[in-house]
Amino acid sequence: MAGKTSQNRAKITCTTCPYCGVGCGVLAGQDGSIKGDPDHPANFGRLCSKGSALGETVDLEGRLLHPVVHGKQADWDSTLDLVAGQFSRAIREHGPDSVAFYVSGQLLTEDYYVANKLMKGYIGSANIDTNSRLCMASSVAGHKRAFGTDTVPGTYEDLDEADLVVLTGSNLAWCHPVLYQRLVAAKQARPEMRVVNIDPRRTATCDIADLHLAIAPDGDAALFNALLAEIARRGAQDEAYVDAHVNGFEAAVEAARASDPALSGLSQDEITAFCEMWIDTPKVVTVYSQGVNQSVCGTDKVNAILNCHLATGRIGRAGMGPFSVTGQPNAMGGREVGGLANMLGWHLDIENADHRAAVQQAWDSPTMCTQAGLKAVDLFDACASGKIKALWIISTNPAVSLPDAGKVAEAIKTVPFTVVTDIMARTDTGDLADVLLPATGWGEKSGTVTNSERRISRQRPFMQAPGSARPDWKILCDVAARMGWADAFDYAGPADVFREYAALSALGTQFGRDFDISGLGDLSEAEYDALAPVQWPVKWPVRKGEPSGGRFFAKGGFYHADGRAKMLPITAPQVAAAPADYPFVLNSGRVRDHWHTMTRTGKSARLSQHLAEPFAQIHPEDAFALGVREAGLVTLTSPYGTATLRALITSKVARGEIFVPMHWTAQFAPSGLVNPLIGPAVDPVSGQPATKGGAVRAEAFGAGWYAFIAARGAIDCKRPYVAKARTTTGWQAEIAGFKTPKDWEQELRDITGLSAADATVIEDSASGIARIALTDADGTIAALLFAAPDPVAVARAFAVSLIGTQTPAFEALAGRPGADRPDPGAVVCSCFNVGVNTLKSAIAEGANTVDALGAKTCAGTNCGSCKPELAALLANQLSKVAAE
Amino acid sequence: MAQRLVIIGAGMAAGRLVERLSLDHAGAYDITLFNAEPRGTYNRIMLSPVLSGEKSYAEIVTHDEAWYSAHGVTCRFGEQVTGIDVGAKTVTGANGAVPYDRLVIATGSSPFIIPLPGRDLEGVIAYRDLEDTHAMIAAAEKPQAKAVVIGGGLLGLEAAAGLAARGMQVTVVHLMGHLMERQLDEAAGFLLRKALTDRGIKVICGANSREILGENGHVRALALEDGRELPCDLLVMAVGIRPNTGLAVKAGIEVARGIVVDDQMRTNLPDVYGLGECVEHGGALFGLVAPLYDQAEVLATHLTGGQAAFAPKEVSTKLKVTGCDLFSAGDFAAGEAREEITLRDPKGGNYKRLVLEQNRLVGAVMYGDTNDSNWFFTLIQSGADVSAMREQLLFGPAHEGAPPLEPYGGRCSLTG
Repeated sequence: MAGKTSQNRAKITCTTCPYCGVGCGVLAGQDGSIKGDPDHPANFGRLCSKGSALGETVDLEGRLLHPVVHGKQADWDSTLDLVAGQFSRAIREHGPDSVAFYVSGQLLTEDYYVANKLMKGYIGSANIDTNSRLCMASSVAGHKRAFGTDTVPGTYEDLDEADLVVLTGSNLAWCHPVLYQRLVAAKQARPEMRVVNIDPRRTATCDIADLHLAIAPDGDAALFNALLAEIARRGAQDEAYVDAHVNGFEAAVEAARASDPALSGLSQDEITAFCEMWIDTPKVVTVYSQGVNQSVCGTDKVNAILNCHLATGRIGRAGMGPFSVTGQPNAMGGREVGGLANMLGWHLDIENADHRAAVQQAWDSPTMCTQAGLKAVDLFDACASGKIKALWIISTNPAVSLPDAGKVAEAIKTVPFTVVTDIMARTDTGDLADVLLPATGWGEKSGTVTNSERRISRQRPFMQAPGSARPDWKILCDVAARMGWADAFDYAGPADVFREYAALSALGTQFGRDFDISGLGDLSEAEYDALAPVQWPVKWPVRKGEPSGGRFFAKGGFYHADGRAKMLPITAPQVAAAPADYPFVLNSGRVRDHWHTMTRTGKSARLSQHLAEPFAQIHPEDAFALGVREAGLVTLTSPYGTATLRALITSKVARGEIFVPMHWTAQFAPSGLVNPLIGPAVDPVSGQPATKGGAVRAEAFGAGWYAFIAARGAIDCKRPYVAKARTTTGWQAEIAGFKTPKDWEQELRDITGLSAADATVIEDSASGIARIALTDADGTIAALLFAAPDPVAVARAFAVSLIGTQTPAFEALAGRPGADRPDPGAVVCSCFNVGVNTLKSAIAEGANTVDALGAKTCAGTNCGSCKPELAALLANQLSKVAAE
Repeated sequence: MAQRLVIIGAGMAAGRLVERLSLDHAGAYDITLFNAEPRGTYNRIMLSPVLSGEKSYAEIVTHDEAWYSAHGVTCRFGEQVTGIDVGAKTVTGANGAVPYDRLVIATGSSPFIIPLPGRDLEGVIAYRDLEDTHAMIAAAEKPQAKAVVIGGGLLGLEAAAGLAARGMQVTVVHLMGHLMERQLDEAAGFLLRKALTDRGIKVICGANSREILGENGHVRALALEDGRELPCDLLVMAVGIRPNTGLAVKAGIEVARGIVVDDQMRTNLPDVYGLGECVEHGGALFGLVAPLYDQAEVLATHLTGGQAAFAPKEVSTKLKVTGCDLFSAGDFAAGEAREEITLRDPKGGNYKRLVLEQNRLVGAVMYGDTNDSNWFFTLIQSGADVSAMREQLLFGPAHEGAPPLEPYGGRCSLTG
């Protein structure tokens, strides 16, 4: 159990990354330095671009530092009294189900546990759901249907050991870059390893793929049904395993045979090639992620995948198995503590009276929820309809992240009393709250998270809590105490919470469940502090030398009552004809350098430069038909809302499909939110919204003017299109509108607040071109604006680099370096800030491999997240050379 | 035997003509060169640096008497020509007549003197030649001396700056609303005015002069129409020039505003040519040196049997006031079909204006940073279509031929 602690290494703290579900170990220095932890089994020292830039995101700019009640700063005591009073009153007057918590996969396990205990065991409702609903609910439901519990059977080592890795609905290169790099390394070590990437888009992940299957949206079930049918046709199933451990084989195969493979959108040749590869390679891991989960048939897709692994017995053995990769740092921890509205902690079932009774007894609680609570979408519907009288949103941003986000924002406003706990003073959701409570953030809080391979790691503090911010568990306990349950929430610290939670996991094993960390139930403070990353199960009592963790189900041992797994008959969904008014399928997802709603990554200039505005990937032929030009703007409209985004015209998306990233919020780009476009449709089993399955129409935005602004300070601008981003020198914004402002100089002064600065103005009125520099008295450039009737031509990185310098204003307004000064171009490598032009020059000078480029420019040599782009650039440039 | 060529006037155009004939066609002509000034040829444009003390006279001489003599030219310097007999083909000077086979009249121009009362007072001068320059230098030697310059054009401002550099308290009086209105628009004129004011020169625009006041036969002050009196020890008039056509008129040569010449610089009389600031060609007069040199080249070619024709080109001007870099070229009047690209940088003291017509650069004005002026001048002269480079045109040759920015990376904030 001995591990590293902050005491063991001077000024270096071992902690865990707060971003995706890979759960990488991070060494954080008090000087702000960030390194991958070479000893952490999730990453062995690697970090992605986001993790590497963590040091840039812990500043206090924009932090919420004190409680706020109705817009006014307040003290903790009165605010906690207010919150407890309002919740108690709602419960008293309208019953326990009139209150709700909406929490987050970014909460630490200890926070999560306390929130669940309060809601389910003391308030007596299960109206606590989490943003993990948007991410993992279909996997949870699929796991439970197949295995009887929500169990991830494998470990990351399976990716090293597999001979075939199938990635479906997973842009691993951008969304889980460290796992991707692990896969790249494995493939380099064993070139015979093959990778199939199943994705409607040609993503960066295709760089490693031997085969890319550009599947139709939601075509996964049809494809895996085809695979199951082919397994059965060839007799490739593991008869012994199925006989011993699996129910439902025949029915599942029958359904698979009835399924039309063409619904996958793939050709027969592609399907055959995939099936042959999969069936002929025993060591196969199928990695799946949000592309599978975020769908109206997400749970069925999960089970279609699990069916194939169960039928062949390829599960729970080295290099084999289905592998759900989660999107949040503690999505798994949330699932373990029962963070979703339809479960209890320790993988116990809310519907099971024995389970409920056992939990109530363990908690010694006065009441207990009796049924599943409201799932995310239903929860906000209940807000809208007035059923919810008091709502507490913790560490998440549903006004942006939920589908039909505009309606969600309205729903939040409808709730008589809304509390938002966050680290940031301004979020789209916080802006709607009655009460804001300041939480501690990453680097300040202490607790545990569980990653995608069931590994529990410590998040350790290395900074003081700023202002009067408090840990979430503490805030929850303080409110619980004021609601009358002081004894049950009288924890001395996170270790105290963890001990109770871990010890009670014996409850799960008592009911034959998988989740067991009872071995950690008696950790001392020092042991908790020193806890090394540990994979569950950790049985009690811990015996020295007895390994914890490992894989599940190699020899059966499922958690349905009969101990057997279930294969499910899956009907592939019919592809409904696109509605004439909304002919495009809208897909959404992440970009390489941002995470969720940018409250953290948006602070980092490095991370903000790669893709510094919200965009819509659209096929060239569609763009042409719509009259949308390269770098122009496109407006998407659905029955639920509208968005205006930069058109990224690329054949990486199929015709008829549009991809929009999910990160942008009103704080950065008010017109650039994707979720207001997405309908509230959910998977009927998991309740997970289909955030990758929108339907929109697209039109050219018809801008009369476009402008780019770089400024030292904040940019405050209301225009039809605004997209702000941090830069190394301050802020930048892309803006556009219809009617050209009369006085650009005044416009820039208003936007930047630089009313007294000196102005240098270039105007070509006939061409509609204007360029303005605002400078300090000593000639330091404070802001630059470039406006044109077309998407404005400026070397952005160059313009940004001039802010704060005393470059002559006229020179700066050229917007690009002259002949004597090279333009590095748009940033490709965020870690070393290497631009595309620098890379092109290096290629021209003979760097003809990714490694050679790295040696020459450093690009890709830190986190490696940009390596797929380097490879694509190389292919592109070298083919140009060959053609010349 | 060589033909006899007589040239009246040894200004810059004549100097260039003799140089061409002497160097490229030595012996073709037996040249006699009259000059009213008692010296050879100097670069008149550089009188301003002489005035300001940045250059000496010796540094601006281009062809002195020794040079002419060495090239076989008979110099009649300091000798006023009194008449031309086109019938007898002779030119008469104070020291006698000279016969010619061919005659070039290059009498230049004289400053225009505003017919103000008091214009004959001592201390009232124009700014034209070395004598004027010396007079101004002498006037500046008196401590606390004051000067008024009438005329806020190129020459007047150079005079003002030169006098200020020599320690005089200088006031520029300009009739129009802003300085150098023929070259500059109001914004640039404002910058120029500010720069001059910064170096202690007082500028009064929109001012009508009423009278020059004197004392003991010497100028004392300039009185303006509005009643203001500007005390001065020296009054310089720099309000324009007039071609010197008196000799030609007397000789019966066709004269309009200037001596009328054709494309080969021929007057209406056989073997008589006009050259330089005294001529009128196609209705135009010439006050800048570049077209005069062109005329000299054309005439040299013609006189030696070659084919050449004079065609006026766009001209450029530069204000030679140290620290006030100003350049203008081409035609920069506003017009219906004209489009403008402007830079306003009052703090940095920079101003640029490009005037385009039908995608071609037709005029350029720059104040402050004039480093790229020659490049723009070449563009005006070539008449090249600039539409492809319009976005970056103002930024000059450092941005010429740069590849257009790509849509992704260069026209939005997305990496492609």
